[in-house]
Amino acid sequence: MFQNIGEILIMFWSTLKDLPEVWNQRRKIFDQLYEIGNASLLMACILSAFIGGVVSLQTGPVLVERGLGGLLGGVVGISICKELAPVMMSVLIAGRVGSAMTAEIGSMQVYQEIDALKTMNISPIRFLVLPRLVAISIALPTLVLFSILVGWFGGAIVASYNHDIEVSMKTFFNSLKNVVELQDVAHGIIKTFVFAVVIGLIACHQGFTTIGGPRGIGRSVTKSVVNSIVIILILDYFLTRLLLYFEK
Amino acid sequence: MNNSENNKAVDVKVINLRKKFDNQEVLKGISFEVNPGEIFVIIGPSGSGKSVLLKHIIGLEKPDEGDILINGESILKSNVFEKYRIAMVFQSSALLNSLTVGENVGLYLSEHRLKSPEEIKRIVAEKLEIVGLKGTEDKMPSELSGGMKKRVAIARALVIEPQLILYDEPTSELDPLIAVTIAEEILNLRRRIGATSIVVTHDRDLAFAIADRIAMLYEGKIIFDGTPDKLRECENPIVKRFISVELNINNNNKVSERI
Repeated sequence: MFQNIGEILIMFWSTLKDLPEVWNQRRKIFDQLYEIGNASLLMACILSAFIGGVVSLQTGPVLVERGLGGLLGGVVGISICKELAPVMMSVLIAGRVGSAMTAEIGSMQVYQEIDALKTMNISPIRFLVLPRLVAISIALPTLVLFSILVGWFGGAIVASYNHDIEVSMKTFFNSLKNVVELQDVAHGIIKTFVFAVVIGLIACHQGFTTIGGPRGIGRSVTKSVVNSIVIILILDYFLTRLLLYFEK
Repeated sequence: MNNSENNKAVDVKVINLRKKFDNQEVLKGISFEVNPGEIFVIIGPSGSGKSVLLKHIIGLEKPDEGDILINGESILKSNVFEKYRIAMVFQSSALLNSLTVGENVGLYLSEHRLKSPEEIKRIVAEKLEIVGLKGTEDKMPSELSGGMKKRVAIARALVIEPQLILYDEPTSELDPLIAVTIAEEILNLRRRIGATSIVVTHDRDLAFAIADRIAMLYEGKIIFDGTPDKLRECENPIVKRFISVELNINNNNKVSERI
């Protein structure tokens, strides 16, 4: 485990050192952005609408029963932007995009394509990791922004049309406006950015350490997704503590 | 590789190379020399350590003991791979499957930004024509046969204009006709650019056809090093068996060896 952490940190440092090469790798970054966006935008929107809806559905009746229906927008708004959208989207992207990254780099490793790059003096970090890490660090926070907006609308629709809640859209968004501040959205985006870097690094590292044939690639993909999700959930707690400390 | 001192072929010296994987010694103190411009073929049965040896020469593996000198400079201590242009043709061709044939061949030039895109296009077309694959630039590697992939890999190596070129099993998995074409390509390449070539193979016909000198690797040791004529006359029973064994199927469908 410690060896893996060390290797991931070294890979991160090497990628940071290659950051000045970003402009030269722009075509690959755009390709990756398209891959990530194209693969996930629709699913992110559907997922977020239902997350917003279910949060409204669970908390709405409880609040309305106690005469606190006017607070529903704030409760749904803050839980989606600070917690649910960043974590759920990161888990989704770890499964969809992280697994694809590991599979692609893993098969390149198994079929000696990475060795071929090295013999041409082409750094695999610059050629493979940098574009993926930059793309996921841009794409995931953008997806989360979409997710937050769609989640709020999902929550508002359920709040206004569900007979047990019946909080109007206007009341819902007024409450949301009073409770949620720009800082809260930034809180969620900062967390997402860290998760994006973690997913990218774990996915690429697992790809590079793939051994064997197709079974090895399968094993690496599973490890990549499981490790990413576990680390996202653990990091989520500590990042939230840290960000709450700065909010005070 | 861009700051190469000159375009001359290089010499290679392998000194007492040793390598272990999981306590199993794969290379057991290997030493040999390859002269500039020479085609040096390393033969041996599967699993004798040939590919591992090649990976050490190109710097993909680090030896446990010993050293490799290119033009007298250790690859372990100096920036040899930036100083000299060295290329390798992999057994699996190792083309990047996500790139087109043209992008694969021009990858070295485009990634190191050595030429303009128009010039890269021209060079790629020229190298593909040399290996008999004119007009395949826009094809994906998955659309090519094994022999075509191998020739694309040679074209990719050609773009580097190598001073040292390493071939790992260049004729494996190829039919005899394509194997002959690849052998001709190796000889043509030497004639055209004068590069030093190290070829690893278990194809005896290829070895005798192209080699200036042949070494035989057996269980991690060099058991023969000399010219093809000397190899034919060698009395070492392992060498003799490897170069002259033929399969015979008798009337009872039993397979026997004939030496």
